[in-house]
Formats: sequence, C-alpha cells, structure tokens
Amino acid sequence: MNLTLKIWRQKNKQDKGRMETYPVSNISGDMSFLEMLDVLNEQLINDGKEPVAFDHDCREGICGMCSLFINGEAHGPGREITTCQLHMRSFKDGDTIHIEPWRAAAFPVVKDLVTDRSALDRIMNAGGFVSVNTSGNTIDANTIPVPKADADKAFDAATCIGCGACVATCKNASAMLFTSAKVSQLALLPQGKVEAHDRVLNMVHQMDLEGFGNCTNTGACEVECPKGISLENIARMNREYLSASVTGE
Amino acid sequence: MALSALFLLIFLLQHFSINLISVFSADAFNEVSHFMGTNPLVQFVMQPILMFAVVFHFVMGFVLEIQNKKARPQKYAYYKGSANASWMSRNMAISGLFILGFLAIHMWDFWFPEMQYKYIAMNPEDPTRYFGELQHKFGDVWRVLVYCITFVFLGLHLMHGFQSAFQSMGANGSRFTPTIKTIGKWYAIVIPAGFIFIALFHALNGANH
Repeated sequence: MNLTLKIWRQKNKQDKGRMETYPVSNISGDMSFLEMLDVLNEQLINDGKEPVAFDHDCREGICGMCSLFINGEAHGPGREITTCQLHMRSFKDGDTIHIEPWRAAAFPVVKDLVTDRSALDRIMNAGGFVSVNTSGNTIDANTIPVPKADADKAFDAATCIGCGACVATCKNASAMLFTSAKVSQLALLPQGKVEAHDRVLNMVHQMDLEGFGNCTNTGACEVECPKGISLENIARMNREYLSASVTGE
Repeated sequence: MALSALFLLIFLLQHFSINLISVFSADAFNEVSHFMGTNPLVQFVMQPILMFAVVFHFVMGFVLEIQNKKARPQKYAYYKGSANASWMSRNMAISGLFILGFLAIHMWDFWFPEMQYKYIAMNPEDPTRYFGELQHKFGDVWRVLVYCITFVFLGLHLMHGFQSAFQSMGANGSRFTPTIKTIGKWYAIVIPAGFIFIALFHALNGANH
C-alpha cells in the first residue's frame, strides 16, 4: 500500500519543530508500524536526508520503549498493543497517517519523535521499591503467604511497562495510571505494606513536582494502556494517599 | 473537588425533592419553603456550608483546569479524544461554566431578592407567599428556557461527575462500581429531567390560571 506520513520533525530540544510530509510506497500489511518507519528511514538515508528519530527496543511489546501518537491515539488504533505490535493492516491504501511524539510538559522532546520520559524513573526513585537487605541471606518471597486475589491484582499492576501512553493520551497529561500501578503492585503485597505510607506520599509528591496534570477520571488512560492497567489502581492509590495523609507522620 | 461534589449531589437531591412537592401540593410546598427560609440551622449553618461548597467546587475546578492546561503546553496536531473518553468527561469545564452562569442568574434572580426581602427590608414573614412566587417566576418564558438548557448541561455534568466523585474518593471495586455507575446514570437523567418537568409544569399551569 502507498501512504502519506505527516511526521513531527524537531532537530533538538531548542528547535520549535514542525510537521513534515513524506510519501511511502510498497508497504506490506504484515509489517509492523516500526518496520514501516524503518522503510521510510532507509529511503531518507538513500536520499541523503536525516532519518526520523524514534524510540524502540524489544519490538515485542514488553520493554515500554516505543511510543508514538498515531492518528490522534497513543500507540495508534487498536487496543492493548504497543506501537511495535501495531501492524500496517490496520491502515488502508492511500491513508494519511499523523505521527507525533508524546506531548507533556514532563516529557520534553529530545529529537523528532523521541521524548525524555525520565520523569517516570524519578517517580519510581521516590518510592517505587521495597527496602530489602540483599546481603546474601534474603528470605525467599515465596515463604510469605499472599492471598491469590491480591497476588493477581499486584501482578496485573506490575505488568505496566512504563511507556507513558497514559500520560500521552490523557487530556490533562496526568501520570496517575502509571504512578498508581507502581504504588499498587507493592501496596497489595505484605512486603510492600511496611513502607506503604511513605511510598504513596513520596511518589505522588514527585509526580506533582514533575509537572504532570491532574486526573479527571476520563478513563482514556485505561483504554489506551497497552497492558490494560485498570482505573481501580488509581482509586487504590487515592485510598492509600488519603489514609497516609491522615495517619502518616 | 470530589468531596464538595458529593456534598452538592446530596444538596441537589434535597433541592429537587422540595421543588417536586410544589407539583403535588401548594400548601405543603409553602410549609417546607417556610421552614427552609426561616429555620436558623438551615439559614445560618447549612446555607453558608452550601455557599462554601459551591465556591470551593468551581474555584478548584478552575485551578485544576489551569494546571492541566499547563501540563501540556504544546498541543497535538491531531488528537482523537472521542476514541477513548466520553464528551461529558472531556468537557466538564464547559458544562460547569454553563451551570456557574446559571447559578449567577439564580442568585441575582432569587437569592438576592430573598435576602433583601427577609433581612434588609425586614418584611414580616408570610408563610403562604412561596408557591405564588414560584408560579410567577416560571411565568416568564425566557427564564424557563434558560432553566431547561442549564439542566441539560447539568445532566451532562452529572453523567460523568457522579461516578467520578466516587472514583476520586477511592471507591472503586468490581462489586459496587457497576452499581455506582448505574445509579449515577439514573441520577444524571432523572434529577435534571425532573427539574425541567417542574419548570414546564408551573409554566403551563401558571399560563392556564
């Protein structure tokens, strides 16, 4: 199929950036979206032009590296997939496809479609962990009984790959779904309960410092999340936050 | 935001219940209105709390809206909001502004004259005046039209706002969230439609008298 791509081009952080139009031809429906961009980049390199910069790594939907806002949706059309799992058969011959980077004050554009998502790492550093002495005689986690329902919910929350689609798709650029998944995956387990109060307060504080917006419960994040992280996690984080604010030191 | 929303949901139900009485009995409506208009607990405790809740709700709404706009300084060239969220949830500020505009009219049209009547002009209390005043107000076709349009926007606001308030307060679980959402949808339809019915009822009945 032949397509017209409208792609955001931006030399660096300082550059204002603009949308540029590129035609691509002979695209197979079996190609992934990123393979299609590889074809475009080969074409650009052969023409002596600067290829389009975009993030990617595993290309099997588990690393959280690929991003891209495609035709107005994070990771493009289709549900519970990342951009690398999006196939060109989702588009029709002659289509025009808009490709933009994640847009948020907390995700500055580094180059073209690449954004700096380290704000999410800093939220994790603020409390997304369990302090365990790893001197060599750490107790096996499996020796602590965990109710199956809690273990399942914690696991579901832990499937968040931190791609930032929730932020990108939210009309408020809120990181509540990401932060709540990372709070929940530990809050539900006995090992995480010890630091639960400090964790939620510190992570939410860091989230606010990074300049993310507020959650207005539109639910767009849950729909666009490639891992189907549930809004239940946001409610859980709100409960944890309320409880920590009232009872915390 | 959610806490003030929950309070306003309860207030709205109470306001609706009292207005609805006017459809069934003028005397009962006068009696309840007289109680609400003269009871010191309602006038000097509940009324200021309500005022605070309303002001808090819309000021917080504006603050959050400004913060949210700042969180995405560069807009998308192509953003398909309808793909993943309802119009109501994405436009709470617009429906909220309509309601705020109506509240301003409601204060100027009803509350200020009421305060003037009772506490400035110090008129003697007439427990039978309320029903007649209500019918007189709804005799104006423009007032009824503005009233009806506003309640459509209130319905849209509530359609998202009801369940959103519970979610923000942390109340989300597979056992009760579907029930909250269903009650929310009914609340968002029945209460505004009921207010519109009451307005039209008195507009038509008043015209017949």
